[in-house]
Amino acid sequence: MMLRLLWLIPLLPFAGFLLNGLLGARYLTRRAVALVACAAVLASFAISVGAVLELHNFAPTPAETDAGSPARFTQTLFEWMPMGTTPEGADLTVRWGYSLDPLSAVMILVVTGIGFLIHVYSIGYMEHEPRAGFARFFSYLNLFMGMMLTLVLGASLPVVFVGWEGVGLCSYLLIGFWYDRMFDETTKMSCADAGRKAFITNRIGDVGFLLGMLLLFTAAGTLDIQAILARAGALGTGVCTAAALLLFLGACGKSAQIPLYVWLPDAMAGPTPVSALIHAATMVTAGVYVTCRMAPLYVQAPAAMLSVTVVGALTALFAAIIGTAQDDIKKVLAYSTVSQLGYMMLAAGVGAFSASIFHLMTHAFFKALLFLGAGSVIHAMSGEQNIWRMGGLRRHLPLTHATFAVAVLAIAGIPPFAGFFSKDAILAGVLALAGQAGSPALLAVWAAGVLTAGLTAFYMTRLYLLVFAGVPRMPEEARHHLHESPPVMTRPLIVLALGAAVAGFVGVPEFLGGGSLPNWLQVYLSGTVPSFHPDSGVIYLSEWSAMAIALLVSVAGIAAAWAMYGRRPLPAPAAAAEARGFVRLIKEKFFVDEAIDALVLAPYRWLCRASAAFDEKVVDGLVNAAAAATDLASQLLRLVQTGYVAGYAFAFFLGTVVVLFFVMR
Amino acid sequence: MIGMDDLAALMPMLLPAVGGVWILLMVALGQDRDIRWPALHALLFLILSGASAIFVLIHGCPGELLDGAILIDAPALLFHLIFIVVALLTVLTSANHLRAEGYAFGEFYALILFAVTGMSMMASSDSLLTIFLGLEILSISLYVLAGFTRDRVNAIEGALKYFLLGAFSTGFLLYGIALFYGASGRLDLRGIASQLSAERGGPVHPMMLAAAGLVLIGFAFKIAAVPFHFWAPDVYQGSMTPVAGFMAAGTKAAAFAALLRVLDVALRSDPMQARWSAVLHALAILTMIGGNVVALAQQNIKRMLAYSSIANAGYLLVGVVAGGAGGQGRSIVLFYLAVYSFMTIGAFSVAALLGRAGEGDQGFAIGAYAGLSRRRPWLAAAMAIFMLSLTGIPPTGGFMGKFYIFKAAVDAGQYDLAIIGLLASVVSAFYYLRIVVQMYVRDPGLESGPAPLRPSEALAIFAAAAATLWIGFFPSALLVIVQSRA
Repeated sequence: MMLRLLWLIPLLPFAGFLLNGLLGARYLTRRAVALVACAAVLASFAISVGAVLELHNFAPTPAETDAGSPARFTQTLFEWMPMGTTPEGADLTVRWGYSLDPLSAVMILVVTGIGFLIHVYSIGYMEHEPRAGFARFFSYLNLFMGMMLTLVLGASLPVVFVGWEGVGLCSYLLIGFWYDRMFDETTKMSCADAGRKAFITNRIGDVGFLLGMLLLFTAAGTLDIQAILARAGALGTGVCTAAALLLFLGACGKSAQIPLYVWLPDAMAGPTPVSALIHAATMVTAGVYVTCRMAPLYVQAPAAMLSVTVVGALTALFAAIIGTAQDDIKKVLAYSTVSQLGYMMLAAGVGAFSASIFHLMTHAFFKALLFLGAGSVIHAMSGEQNIWRMGGLRRHLPLTHATFAVAVLAIAGIPPFAGFFSKDAILAGVLALAGQAGSPALLAVWAAGVLTAGLTAFYMTRLYLLVFAGVPRMPEEARHHLHESPPVMTRPLIVLALGAAVAGFVGVPEFLGGGSLPNWLQVYLSGTVPSFHPDSGVIYLSEWSAMAIALLVSVAGIAAAWAMYGRRPLPAPAAAAEARGFVRLIKEKFFVDEAIDALVLAPYRWLCRASAAFDEKVVDGLVNAAAAATDLASQLLRLVQTGYVAGYAFAFFLGTVVVLFFVMR
Repeated sequence: MIGMDDLAALMPMLLPAVGGVWILLMVALGQDRDIRWPALHALLFLILSGASAIFVLIHGCPGELLDGAILIDAPALLFHLIFIVVALLTVLTSANHLRAEGYAFGEFYALILFAVTGMSMMASSDSLLTIFLGLEILSISLYVLAGFTRDRVNAIEGALKYFLLGAFSTGFLLYGIALFYGASGRLDLRGIASQLSAERGGPVHPMMLAAAGLVLIGFAFKIAAVPFHFWAPDVYQGSMTPVAGFMAAGTKAAAFAALLRVLDVALRSDPMQARWSAVLHALAILTMIGGNVVALAQQNIKRMLAYSSIANAGYLLVGVVAGGAGGQGRSIVLFYLAVYSFMTIGAFSVAALLGRAGEGDQGFAIGAYAGLSRRRPWLAAAMAIFMLSLTGIPPTGGFMGKFYIFKAAVDAGQYDLAIIGLLASVVSAFYYLRIVVQMYVRDPGLESGPAPLRPSEALAIFAAAAATLWIGFFPSALLVIVQSRA
């Protein structure tokens, strides 16, 4: 029953978008707007839960079940673009269809579940917004949900692409939500500019996605995802590598990987619930999702897999380093997100796809929680985001503090919180592949992962200490305004904290759980993504010792942060310009924005000016000549239109002569 | 003798005729003092007619009726539905317009309904006599509609020109029909076809060839193909704006319906097909280039839209040449005409609002659109949709329509038509997007802006814009209908 309602899952939020978007600002009260938006998502969540439960018992056809393929329910709604067939008989028609299998099941539960909590939280967070803005915010948020669910459920690449572009659009709209505000005073970047930066950077990736899609269409003759994957083996390594790399370029844009990550830190210009929903829990993981979705293709292309691994590992490490020296609460979390996305990519690169999805899920919980907690703090601080002007908030915001602490422990990889298990699964995957391939080089990737884990623990503890511990450092006036957020905001925090605490237990590794606690998620996903067999030849490290090392490094990170920021008085905040050496480098985010400006944008601007000159002088000359010729022809032909009936009749007569000549010759 | 079933099948055509007479009676009895009253009746008759057409379409078409004078089949009914949509939108936009312009006469709606009857007769017959009869019913109604604003010089001039040139072209058509009769002794299209196939092998009788050529010319005038198009800009400019939209969409659809019927039934045999194909090929190229190039120089939106309608006749001719006059070509033409009706009537409706507010012809100047997005964002958005769709930019219906036409041209190996069509579309982007630029980039001038929007006009514009977008997003629904039925 619920499976048949699959089409409603993306449609309901879309209906909410239309309702709030068209009527919200003028005719609906705030309460009604919030009710419509939240109810739409909650209904989607309910249907998702029902559908996923039913999928468990769903067997499409006996033949498919025997072949060991996973439960998959595909619903074709209509023929979107009927194009007939090619002369060779390949079907060109694009159908609008949704497909639910364990992989998309995990995704829709995360998207609708966490999305709903963030919707509820937003009611409180956006309470000071005027009514029109309030309605606009929720209509965008619902549009995003509809697009994200389309992306996740799409059964063919064009449908996924519609969702892909749709979430990009919503991201742009929501980053620039306060389009009349300034985001960064020093660089004169407005919120609208930040939105534009995100959109344009993503565009580079989207070109890759589009080209990859067209290449697969040419090579496989279809756009249906399952059909492409079934033929992946027959496509040849070259095609698979090219297609996988092109799709990965798209994934780099959306999931903020090197070198296309630069938009994500600036995406923090959007309201904090947006950062939580789009730029932490859901949209930015779309690249990881598509990579895992196309896993059978990637498996055919070792070079592409290696690229994914390297880019993921570098991104994870690099962003974590930058994260250690950020002073803006949301910027710390933004770089942390980039780093964790790198972790997920790294997992996909080494073939541990289920670990990647596992981390995607746990990360959605604790990162959404961190952002919402940060939002609660910003809300209490009346908009202040600099962590050096916070401190001691533990007493004023007890609930926010408690839930934030859970999230910090989870992301720092402290057992038994969720992040510990998913991070361990990824590191174990790297080690296993290293053993299987007998390649010590992969040990370096593992080391990078462990180091990232330590750095993550360090900067998260630093953030926690500066915000919640110690003595208040805000001005006296601000201290009086401090207040815990209303229940509509704190309740979602509590639910997310529960998730961040226990979500890891769905993927307990076998050597820990013994026989009693199976690695449930891996079993569930097996068959949907290529399963991972750690039957290695060489064992560099036993699973126990690897886990112990990772844990020790994390604890060391926490201890180091404690030693630096837990004592009193705190070291004075070093301004970026005064800092020296490596610290300065980190503070300035390795000057990546500046480097891009100098190496890419400056030549680009020069090229623009040069081509503008070329365009004005040469191309415009030609175009203007053509236009002038057309215009002249136009004016001349106009002269024929004299207005005299006799003239018209004469032209008519000439036409008749010509036509009769053609017919009768 | 007509049975009840046959009568039911004739209802789509009869209802507008009856409605026209009914409204004339209302006028005679003085019941048209409030113009909304006859408009409402016209709407009612049109909706009933459309509903009965759908009913007949679903329950099976009877084929020939009235001793072969009328032929009710699926293509005829699909064309009829297009006429109904065109007329409905026209009635919706005109009621308030007539009142505002001071020509609130109920006869207007009688004429519209009679014109629909004529169009319907042209589409549902395979007898040249009936087609001619329908054409005359349509034409005479249009002559009067063109001069409806009878004390305006422009209107009188346009109507007179239309009448003179129309009579001129009717002469050609009638002469062609007479020659067909002289050569074959038949007036029904299948009779002519059988005569032609009897002559297979030998050279075709010159009288037959001349007949075919003259009939083609007659239709080329009605669809405003270059060089038989000169009347269109003058007539559109002189007519009231909703009438111009009605002519652009409705007349074109009716003429294409009849043209396809003649080509498909009478002239499908071998030597004839190649010849009309060559003629229409040449006309298509001339029309696409001529219409689009001259449109560039227009400063008056109605004249611009008139040339746009000429250019669109060119695209439709490409569909006929590439797809043939049979099922494929017919489905392409039907699809494009459906889209075209929505976007062009929508554009004319917006033009009517702005034109009404301006002094004299001021409101029809391109400059009248400056800053419209700031004054009337919804109206500007709708107009932008129509302009983008006419240009053929996704995700609008105009894109899908052009896509299927040019795809058919490529599939048929007619690359020259596809290339010229695409280049002509590029040229057209200039004058369509100029309106969009005016609306969104320029600052509003000092003029008063468009006239206030009445609910009926808002409904028509909204429906047209929604349909244009709907077909662009979900072309399959319409495409499946025209492909399976046509």
